[in-house]
Amino acid sequence: MPSWDLLADLQLLLEFHFMQNALIVGTLVAVLAGAIGYFVVLRGQSFATHMLSQVGFPGAAAGVLVHTSPAVGLIVFCVAGALGIGWSGRSVGAGRRSEAAAVGSILAFSIALGLLFVRLYAGSAQGIYGFLFGTVLGITDQDVWLTTATTVAGLAVIAVIGRPLLFASVDPDAAEARGVHVRAISILFLILIALSVAELVQVIGTLLIFALLVTPAAAAQRLTSRPGLGLALTIGLSLLVMWGGLAIAYFSLYPVGFFVTSLAFATYLGIRIVKAAA
Amino acid sequence: MNPLSYDFMQYALLAGTFTALAAGFVGYFVVLRNEVFTSDALGHVAFTGGLGALVAGVQLLAGVFASTIAVAVGMGTLGGRSRGRDVAIGTVFAWVLGVGVLFLSLYTSTRSASGGTTGVSILFGSILGLQSTQATITAVAAVTTTIALLAIARPLMFISVDPDVAAARGVPTAMVTVFFLVLLGATVAEAVQAVGALLIFGLMVTPAAIAQRVTSRPYAGMLLSGALAVAFVWIGLTLAFYIPYPASFFITALAFGTYVAAMLIHRLGRRAA
Repeated sequence: MPSWDLLADLQLLLEFHFMQNALIVGTLVAVLAGAIGYFVVLRGQSFATHMLSQVGFPGAAAGVLVHTSPAVGLIVFCVAGALGIGWSGRSVGAGRRSEAAAVGSILAFSIALGLLFVRLYAGSAQGIYGFLFGTVLGITDQDVWLTTATTVAGLAVIAVIGRPLLFASVDPDAAEARGVHVRAISILFLILIALSVAELVQVIGTLLIFALLVTPAAAAQRLTSRPGLGLALTIGLSLLVMWGGLAIAYFSLYPVGFFVTSLAFATYLGIRIVKAAA
Repeated sequence: MNPLSYDFMQYALLAGTFTALAAGFVGYFVVLRNEVFTSDALGHVAFTGGLGALVAGVQLLAGVFASTIAVAVGMGTLGGRSRGRDVAIGTVFAWVLGVGVLFLSLYTSTRSASGGTTGVSILFGSILGLQSTQATITAVAAVTTTIALLAIARPLMFISVDPDVAAARGVPTAMVTVFFLVLLGATVAEAVQAVGALLIFGLMVTPAAIAQRVTSRPYAGMLLSGALAVAFVWIGLTLAFYIPYPASFFITALAFGTYVAAMLIHRLGRRAA
């Protein structure tokens, strides 16, 4: 039980190995998701993010089916999905009628495929919930290393392409004219989204990704339009939501997905109300 | 081994046939009116509503129907003209699912015996596990939905294709729209029984999308969409009877395969012309 002695609470929180792993992965994931999410909202790609996260479910299940880690399956499926979106060359959105129907059909099929994979290896209901809504119990040491590697790689790429990406996001035509490879950068960025989705699934599952990849960034961009500050604020909010969600879930015994989505939603709502009142 | 000699297959066919018909018809208008993602969001609501009812000790079906219809009407009346607010909508529905996860955990921890798989059957359907009362309720609801939709089909078609002219001609646009949203909510609730909250698209959107590729005539398209949905459910159920994998997978896969085939034929036809 938590007291209000923060140091003792922190000790309780770090008592078990699974919780240490969850906190390490959660922190890494929140930092990468914050950095990527900032650009996702800036570029209006929240729908592509939603699509990629749905592809994560068959990915994770396929990983288990072929006896590798779900994390490997997630990365393979999500990156393949990102290349698919990039290759089709259009901005994916819910706007056009035929496109929305096509996207919906693909999503339903991909989730059905995930269900088939789970049945093929006779997975349990708990296993399905883990993929869909996340679990903090299943994060292995191997996953910690994989997450560390992908986070470092992802942040390094963001550091390198950050400026041209910002330029290409704000004014693609001018960027093109100045010699920025807009198409290459947008495909590279889709792959980055895929990586952060694959990481996030481990903690909060495929269905709740929106709350950590899009909501903190949307909240931050309501507060400031300055890129550097906005980016820092997004990462800060992501960390807050992630740490808060993990800690409350640990002490309450209720699922982490509920607390993460609730904290994200409350933050977003709070900022909108404050901005509307001001 | 005759599939029809088993009770569970009879119930599945009874509920599945009429649900598919309603889903195909309503889905036609969903695609026509570009409300594809409303139906996705309603699937999420159905998950939370169903589990919330179970936690409160009420019938699951009651929770599913009440929540989808209420939210469908709410979305239609509050956010009718709000395109491009996908961030706000996505945030709200991620939270709705999060609440569903809480209900799932509450329900599972209080009723450890049967609770564990209830969530999975809401998410992925449980058509082969329907009891006779559930099958009857679902079938009656689906027949009612279908008849109600056919009753408003003409004005609905009019306001979907050309809302301004329809309003000028005195069609009660707002009333027809709200009525359609009620039907949409009810259809999602029925389809959750058949294919599950996550696979609603397979029954509501894919058949309609195929029909709109094949024909541009409105009523022919609507009928084709309904017929395709029924055919997918029948074939899917038969396959699931002989092959031990989930019916909702077969139904969704059949729909998707047909959609891809229709797309390819459409492209080839255009290239030849």
